[in-house]
This record gives sequence, C-alpha cells and structure tokens, in this order.
Amino acid sequence: MNGFNWGLPRAASSYAHEIDFLIGLLHWVMVLIFVLWGIFFVYCLVRYRARDGHRGTYHQTGENASLIPDALVLAFEIWLIVAFHIPMWRAIKQETPNEKDSTVVQLVAQQFAWNFQYAGPDGKFGRRAASLVSASNSIGLDDSDPDAKDDITTINNLHVPLGKPVILHMTSKDVIHDFAVAEFRNKHDVVPGMSTTLWFDPLFVGKFEIGCSQLCGLGHTRMRGDVIVDTPEDYAAWMKEQAADKAGSADASDVQPVAVEKKS
Amino acid sequence: MTSEHGHGEQKFIWKYVFSVDHKTIGIQYLVTSFTFLFVGLCMMLLMRWQLAQPDQPFPVIGDLLAKILGDDKMPTGVMLPEFYNQLGAMHGTIMIFLGVVPLGVGAFGNFVLPLQIGAPDMAFPRLNMMSYWIYLVGGFVMLSSFLFPGGAAQSGWTSYAPLSVIAPPGQTVWCVAMVIIITSSLFGAINFIVTTLNMRAPGMTWSRLPVFVWAQLVTAVLLLLAFPVLEAGALLQLLDRVAGTSFYIPKDLVVGATVFPRAGGGNPILWQHLFWFLAHPEVYVLLLPAMGIVAEIIATNTRKPLFGYREMVGSMCLIGVLSFVVWAHHMFLSGMRTSLANLFVTTTLTISVPSVAILTCLLLSLRGGSIRFNTPMLFALAFLPMFGIGGLTGLPLGFAPTDLHLHDTYYVIGHFHYVVAPGSLIALMGGLYYWYPKMFGRQMNRTLGKIHFWLTIIGMNGVFFPMFIQGMAGMQRRLADPTAQTHNLPVQWWSIPMGISAAIIFIGQFPFIFNFFMSLRNGEKVGENPWEATTLEWACPSPPPHGNFVKTPEVHRGPYEYSVPGRKEDYWPQDEAA
Repeated sequence: MNGFNWGLPRAASSYAHEIDFLIGLLHWVMVLIFVLWGIFFVYCLVRYRARDGHRGTYHQTGENASLIPDALVLAFEIWLIVAFHIPMWRAIKQETPNEKDSTVVQLVAQQFAWNFQYAGPDGKFGRRAASLVSASNSIGLDDSDPDAKDDITTINNLHVPLGKPVILHMTSKDVIHDFAVAEFRNKHDVVPGMSTTLWFDPLFVGKFEIGCSQLCGLGHTRMRGDVIVDTPEDYAAWMKEQAADKAGSADASDVQPVAVEKKS
Repeated sequence: MTSEHGHGEQKFIWKYVFSVDHKTIGIQYLVTSFTFLFVGLCMMLLMRWQLAQPDQPFPVIGDLLAKILGDDKMPTGVMLPEFYNQLGAMHGTIMIFLGVVPLGVGAFGNFVLPLQIGAPDMAFPRLNMMSYWIYLVGGFVMLSSFLFPGGAAQSGWTSYAPLSVIAPPGQTVWCVAMVIIITSSLFGAINFIVTTLNMRAPGMTWSRLPVFVWAQLVTAVLLLLAFPVLEAGALLQLLDRVAGTSFYIPKDLVVGATVFPRAGGGNPILWQHLFWFLAHPEVYVLLLPAMGIVAEIIATNTRKPLFGYREMVGSMCLIGVLSFVVWAHHMFLSGMRTSLANLFVTTTLTISVPSVAILTCLLLSLRGGSIRFNTPMLFALAFLPMFGIGGLTGLPLGFAPTDLHLHDTYYVIGHFHYVVAPGSLIALMGGLYYWYPKMFGRQMNRTLGKIHFWLTIIGMNGVFFPMFIQGMAGMQRRLADPTAQTHNLPVQWWSIPMGISAAIIFIGQFPFIFNFFMSLRNGEKVGENPWEATTLEWACPSPPPHGNFVKTPEVHRGPYEYSVPGRKEDYWPQDEAA
C-alpha cells in the first residue's frame, strides 16, 4: 500500500496519514472487487455466447452461495465502521484538543473571503456584532469591548505556529461556505447563524491553500486563502508585529479600525 | 374506465395530443424527456469548454452564443461565472427532474407497466394525462428562468439556503417549477401504485410480476413518500423569497455590507434535511427503473430465467426502505451534530448490501445462458460494470473518515455520474432499443445502434473517470474556473481530454436521434414478439391498439420461463396455456 498514493496531495496534518491509509485500503478493495467481477463478467460473455445448438440452462444452482459476496461486503463494512470510523470520527470531529494547548482562531467567512480573528495578548476574543460590519470592519468587531482592543484580524491568511493543534471556531456572515485544505485532509461547512469547529495539527512549515468547498455565489471559484504554518519563533515575531500595528493604529485614532488590504 | 377505450375512431388531437392512452402518454414522456436530456447535454458541453479552456471564447459558435445569450451570460463568447453557476444548477435539475426520472418512470413505466401486468390502461387515465401536461408546463417554466433578470437558478441543483434565498429571481422560478414538477410526479406515483395493486390480469400473482414492475412499484412508493417533503421544502423557500418569511434565514445575516432585513430565527440546515430527505430516495428513483429494464433485457437475451428473482425483488424492497434513512450522509460536514454521522455511516454502508445483491444476481444471470449480443443487450451489459464503478466509489464517500477529503470534490461528481449516466441512462437507452419494436412495430437500425452505444460509452467514461483523479487531488466541485486555485493546477490538464470526451458523447447522440426517426418509417417490421420474450407486453400486437389486449390475458407461470427442458421453443410466454 506504500508508494502509490492515488494522486493524493501531500499529507500535512497529524491525521492525514491515517485517512490516506483508509483511502488506499478502500480503493485497493474496490479494485479487487471490480477486477474479480470483471473477470467473471468477461468469462460469462465469452463462455455463454449464443451458438448453434446451444440452449440456456433452466435450473439455477448456488442461490445460497450467491449470498456470500453480500455477507463478505457486510462483514468488511462492519469492520470498517468499528475499527476505523468510530475512533477516527471521534478523534477528528467529535472531540477537539484542549484549547489551552492549542492556537485558537475564529473564522468569519463571507462572500468571497476568509476573515480570521485572533484573541491577541489578552487571550480573549472581542465581541462582534452584525450592525457594526462595514467596508473597513468586515467582521463587525466591537471596539467598545475591552477584549476587542488587542484583537488581531487578517483576511485570507491564517498564520499558525508549528507544534501545536489549531482550533478554528467558524461562522459565516452571509451564505454557507466550506473551509477546506486538501493537504490537511479536512474540511467543514461554515454556516451563518451557528458556529462549527474544525481542528488540525500541521506537520510542516509552509503554505497550504484554503479553498471554499461549498458553492457560495459567483466568486466561489476565487474564494481562496492560505494557511501559513510558521516556526514558533516566526509566528511569535509575526504576532508581535501585528499587535504593535494594532496598538499603533489604535493610538493614532480611536475611530479608525485596522484596515487590512483585501486580497482577491 | 372501460368506456375510455371502448370507442374506435378518435380525432387526431385526442389520439396523439390530449390522449388518455397510457402508450401515447408514455411516448410523449419519452420524446419530451429525451429532448430535455439533450438540452442538459448541451449545457454540459458549454461548461466542459469553460473547464477545459477557462475564460477563452467558445470555439466556432462563440459569437453566435454571445448574441443569443446576451452580455450577462457569455459576452464575446466567454462564460461569466454567474452563467456557469446557472448552467450547473440547471444541468443538474434538468437531467434529474426533467430527464431521467420522467424517462424511467413517465415513459417506460407508463408504456410498459400496464402491458406487463396485462391491464388495458392505467387505473386513472385522465390523471395520467394530467401528469404529463403538468410535467411539460413545469419543464417550460424551469427553462424560462433563463430569461429572468440575473438569469436562471444558480445555487446548484441542491439550492442550499441562504444562497438560494438571496439569489436573483430565477430561483423563484426554480421553486415554482419544482412544485409543479413534483405535483406531476405525485399524480404518476399514485397511478402506478393503484394500477399495480388493482389491475393485474388473472393469474398475475406477486411472484409472477416481472422485475421491471416491482422496480416501478417500489419507485412509485418512494416518489409518493419522499417528494411531498421536497415540495413542502420548496414552498418554504418560495415563501422565504417572496413573502418575507425566514424559515431558512438565521438572525444577523450580513449580505455585502448591509444587514439582511429579516428577523431571522430560521436555520439553513433545515433546508438540507428536507432536500436530502427527498434527494436520496431520488437516487433510487433514478436507479430502480433502470435496474428493472436491465433485468428484463438480460433475461430475454440470455435465454434463461433470471438468477435469484426473490433475492432481487427483496433487495429492491429493502433498498426502498433503507433509502429513507440515509439522507444525512450528504451532511456529515454540514454543521449537523457530528455524532449523528455514526448512525448515517452505518445505514449508508448497509444499503450497499442489497445493491451488491442485485448486481450479483444480474451477473450470475449470465452464467449458463445463451447470450445474444443485440443492441439492447449491449446497453444492459454495459450497465453492470458502469453501475459497479458508481456503486463502489460510493464507499469512500459514505464512509465518513475518507469523505473528509473527498466530500464536495470532483470525486463526488464522478461517483454520481457513474450511477446516473453510464448507469441509469445507458440502461434507459437500452430500454428504448428493447421496447421500440413494441412502441412502433419496427426495429431500430442495428449498426446505428452500435455506433451510438460505443460513442456514448467511450465518451461517458472519458468524461467521468478523470473526475476521480481530479477529486483525489482535492479539486472542488462547482468552480467556474478551477485554475483560480493553485492546488488544482496539477490535475487541470485532465479537463482537456474530458472536454473532448464530452464532444464525443454529443456527436454520439446524432446517430441515435436519426435512427429513432428514420426507423419509424424504414425500420424492419416486426410481429408481436420479435425478441421471443415471455412477459405479457409481447402478447399483444406491435404497436398495441387502444385497450392493449384483444382479450384479457390469463397468466399461467412466472415471468422468465426460458429454456424450459422438454419444450421445443426456448421461451414459454406467461399467457400461453399449458
């Protein structure tokens, strides 16, 4: 099962290898079933083709034996569910790592961009309100909230440090989007009016493309971004710079919130 | 009812246009649904060009398209993303609701089912006629949405809220058309159920029903129970759009930079539950009639009884039941409570067992046969491996941990197209070659049939197989221009052979269309039973007269008594007295 990876992109999260193993396993089984069926199919077509003086067989045999493939498939599937689905699904989707030991970021998706909100040095996320959304405050951050003072927002770039899990609490302003990173083998819908959670633990430093996997309108195709996985040192430096920017602009004027260049 | 087909001469308009005869209605459905399928195919060609050559003007007829479609769709022959989204939504809607379902149920169900059970007509002929005309109106309403400002529905055939609620007016038309089309299907479903329950010929016991009739019966029950849910869902969406309600709209929606003026309180995921509660049984509505047709063609052309009649019928019924408890496998990642996936993974993997059973029975039916490779048989045989690929690739999608990567990628598109296109649709085309002699009293041309078969099968595999490769690399579905995202670039080149294959499918339909019309006049004339088959539709003249059977047939045996030892002929019709 090694070597041939079915054209999958690089596996770059802690659970990606396990998922790849399953994708490989399932596909080898599918190929095996298809080839066995195919051999029998072609054999029948050749062996039982119409010929002069040849009649069909009236009596059927092996009706009970024909249930064997069904039973094998059922047994294989039960094994898959018990041995793989239940533990993996619990680990990846039903449970999230401890927030204290993770990088926690809030994601607010919109047509057609990803807004990320970091809690900043105080570790507390500031309040957001729909009524405050404007061209320069795309997530509607409430500056009157003390927790919001040091919050950092970015658009389409999610910086995270290597070495600990990242937890995203996601919501959408307008329609349903879907946060998907192929290298991490994970995705989840980002739904307005509710919060969904996705976590990943990156394995490498680098840039990993975020795509929107749920049709969200005419700009769906260009709704992209990047997860930028930094070394902890680079991340700390980046965070420091952002915090300084935020503090600087807050000092300069209380009315002007941080304007981040909108990429597209 | 009997008075409906007692009288002799009928005026043209009552005989061919507003007919209450199930055969005429069946043929009307046949021609209409093939026409819609062709429209859907043309849309696919436009999209395939855009995917193969993003933002390049359409070749040869680009200027013409620009002129016809206007600047808000394809200015200078280059497709706008809005128009791509419209084509995507409408291709899906048309192919499913106006193409394959009406073809499998409306056309073949209508024409063949009463004949196979030995009935003079459907139980409610007028309702039957109404069902067709409502469907036709629904189809025109659906297509008319392209003329509205902002164009047709563009939120996918799934029309997920809130995107669909804030979409341009074409979406309102989509909702209205869906309500109309569903109403038509409901009338049909009621008719099929009542007809099968009440109008079987004497001696046509449940265990003597052809598999096709069983398939239609299960399909009708699915339509009857699942479609009202989508009808209600579509009505709610319509109200959200036109009456200011917010069934699917949560509080504090911000569209652009303004707060959406609604109180909220709705839930976008509600729509998904209502939609998929229909749309998963719908998959089996697309599939079961096709399986029924394949079973009929295989039994006739292997000259032996079907293998495992009981197992096959039981599996179809089991599929019918299970199909109602798998819908949320489309929603593992929707924001639905994640632990629910455990239940839906289990039911989804369970439903694969009866599907495997049916496929195994059809395969084993070949064993010990004397196989005739005529045109319908080619289509029926191709169904087996093609549906096999479609079914197998459902496994990593229904299995949640692998679905994490494959969900909403081209892998999904490849999977369901293998089920519906080289699966169902190929079988339905085979059904036309098989029952054409019964419909029109003539055979279709064999050479043209084979050309049609090979071009279609090669083209379909050329379009759909590379989708698995693209999906595996993570290319998302519904992207108007996949090259806008760098992770799609390594597999983008596949879109060129896919586009060429799409053109091959398109070209491959012309021999078929030509064959259909040419054979009406020039096809070889046939008698009652050109295939030497056993079921009752072959016991009446070709084409059957109004009222079908000269005298009500009496059924003496099961449907597939082929090669019975001790008999000279290798087939023993159901109505032949011992």
